Amino acid sequence: MMYIYADNAATTKMNEKALEDVILCMKNEYGNASSLYTIGQKAKELLEDARARIAGHVGSKPNEVYFTSGGSESDNQAILSAATIGEKTGKKHIISTMFEHHAVLHTLEKLKKRGFEITLLPVYSNGIIKIEDLKNAIREDTVLVTIMFANNEIGTIQPIAEIGEVCKENKVLFHTDAVQAITHTNLNFHEMNIDMMSISAHKFHGPKGIGALIVKEGVKLETLIEGGAQERNKRAGTENLPAIIGMASALDEAMKNYNENNEYIKSLRDKVQENLSKISHSKINGDIENRIPGTLNICFEGIEGEALLLLLDDKGISASSGSACTSGSLDPSHVLLALGLPHEVAHGSLRLSLSVENTMEEMEYIGEAVADVVSYLRNMSPVWKDLQEGKRNYVI
Amino acid sequence: MLYSEKVMDHFRNPRNMGEIKDANGIGEVGNAKCGDIMRMYLKIEDDIIQDVSFETFGCGSAVATSSIATEMIKGKTVDEALELTNKAVVAQLDGLPANKIHCSVLAEQAVKAAIKDYREKSDKEK
Repeated sequence: MMYIYADNAATTKMNEKALEDVILCMKNEYGNASSLYTIGQKAKELLEDARARIAGHVGSKPNEVYFTSGGSESDNQAILSAATIGEKTGKKHIISTMFEHHAVLHTLEKLKKRGFEITLLPVYSNGIIKIEDLKNAIREDTVLVTIMFANNEIGTIQPIAEIGEVCKENKVLFHTDAVQAITHTNLNFHEMNIDMMSISAHKFHGPKGIGALIVKEGVKLETLIEGGAQERNKRAGTENLPAIIGMASALDEAMKNYNENNEYIKSLRDKVQENLSKISHSKINGDIENRIPGTLNICFEGIEGEALLLLLDDKGISASSGSACTSGSLDPSHVLLALGLPHEVAHGSLRLSLSVENTMEEMEYIGEAVADVVSYLRNMSPVWKDLQEGKRNYVI
Repeated sequence: MLYSEKVMDHFRNPRNMGEIKDANGIGEVGNAKCGDIMRMYLKIEDDIIQDVSFETFGCGSAVATSSIATEMIKGKTVDEALELTNKAVVAQLDGLPANKIHCSVLAEQAVKAAIKDYREKSDKEK
C-alpha cells in the first residue's frame, strides 16, 4: 500500500544532511560549550557557528538568536517578557488575533490574571487581519502586538511588514510566531520591523525539541529557566548542541533551494486542491492567494473529520482535521470558528500540509481516496441525508 | 492506538448501517453542532426487535457505538432493549477513551428515543 505523509504542518521528516550532522555531533562533539578545555571550546565554536547561520537566514544578528526548546517556549518567553516590560512601564494592554496558536492564546489568558487587557483582532472569512483594525486597537497602554506570521491550520499569511511598520510608529513591541512561515515565505526580521520572532526546527525538517526566539537588541528578555549563564543568561541549561546543529543544517538545506522547493510544493498543493474541489459541497478555508504553499484546508459538508482521518489512515494517508474529536474538546478548531464557519461545517474539515518529500502521483491518490471516503461517510450520515432531502439547508 | 480493535472493527465494518424503510420506531439524538448525530431505526413485531439499523454523523467511536448497540438489541424484547446501558456498550467495545464516553451515552439514548417513538406510534393506533 502507498504511504503518504501529508501532515507537515504538524511535524516533518528529518532532512538527511541534518540527520547526519546530528549524529556526527552526538558521536564526536560531546564537550560542554561552557567548558574551557579544547573539546568544550570546539562545541562553543560549533554552537556560535550554528547561531550565525540561522541569523543569516532570518535576517537578524547572531547575538539576537536565543535557542529554546521550540515554538511554544519561544512564544511563552516572548509574551511574558513583554508583559514584564509592560508592568514596569504601566502598559498592560496586548493585541493579538482570534486564531493564534494556543501557545500564544493560553499565555495571554494567564496574563489576564496579572491584570492585562487583551484585544483579539478578527481574522474575517479569509483568515487575514485588517491593518485598520490593528491601528484602531492600539492604545496608549499597549505594550505588545503578537500576531502569527502564517496560520498553522489554514496557512494564511498576515501582512507582517505592515504590522511591523504600525508597531514601530506607535512604539509598541511586535512579536510574531513564524513557526509555519519560515522556509515557506519571505521573512526578514529587521526589514519587517519585528522585535521578537519564534521559530521551531521540526517544522522545516530539523529535529524536534529545538527552536529559537529571535530578539531585537535592546528588548529585555525575561529568563524563564534559571540556573546558568547559557544563552547570555536568558535560558539556563547545557545547550542541546546536536539539535542546534541539526536545526542550522536543516535551515541551510531548506533555504538552499527555497524558490524551487516552494514552487514545487505549491504545484502539489494546487493539484490536490483542484482534485478535492470537485467534491460537491466542499469549501477551501482561508485566502487562496496569501497562503504558504504547502497547506490546504478544506471542509466537506455532512461528515465529521475524525472519521475521515481514520479511514484515510487505513488508506495509508496521514493528515489532520480541526474537528472537535481531534481537538480534544467539544468544540471544533478555534481557527475555523474564527473564520465564521458554523460548528457543523468546521467538524468536517481536512488539513493537508505538503513538503518536498511528496509527489504528484500522491496528489492523485489523495484526491481519489478522499473522494471515496467522503462519499462513504456521507452515505452513512443522517445529516447528509437531510441535506439531500431538503430537510436541512446546505451551508457550503 | 486511540481505539480498541473492537471499536476499529465496528468503525471499519459497521453492522446494520442504513435505513429501514418500514421502520415503526425512529429515534434521533445529538446535534450537528457538537459533531455527533445518531439515528436509529427499529422494526418491532410482537414486542420483539426484528430488525434494527442506524445512520451516524460523527467520529469513529460514534459509528462504533451505534453499530454495536444495534447488535446488542437485535432480537431482544422492547423491555430488554430498554435495559441497554452506555456502560454495557463501552464494555462490549473493550473500552473507549475517556473523552469518547459521551458517544456510548448517545447510543443508549438513540435506542431509547427509537423505542419511545415506537410506543407513541403504537399508542396512537390503539
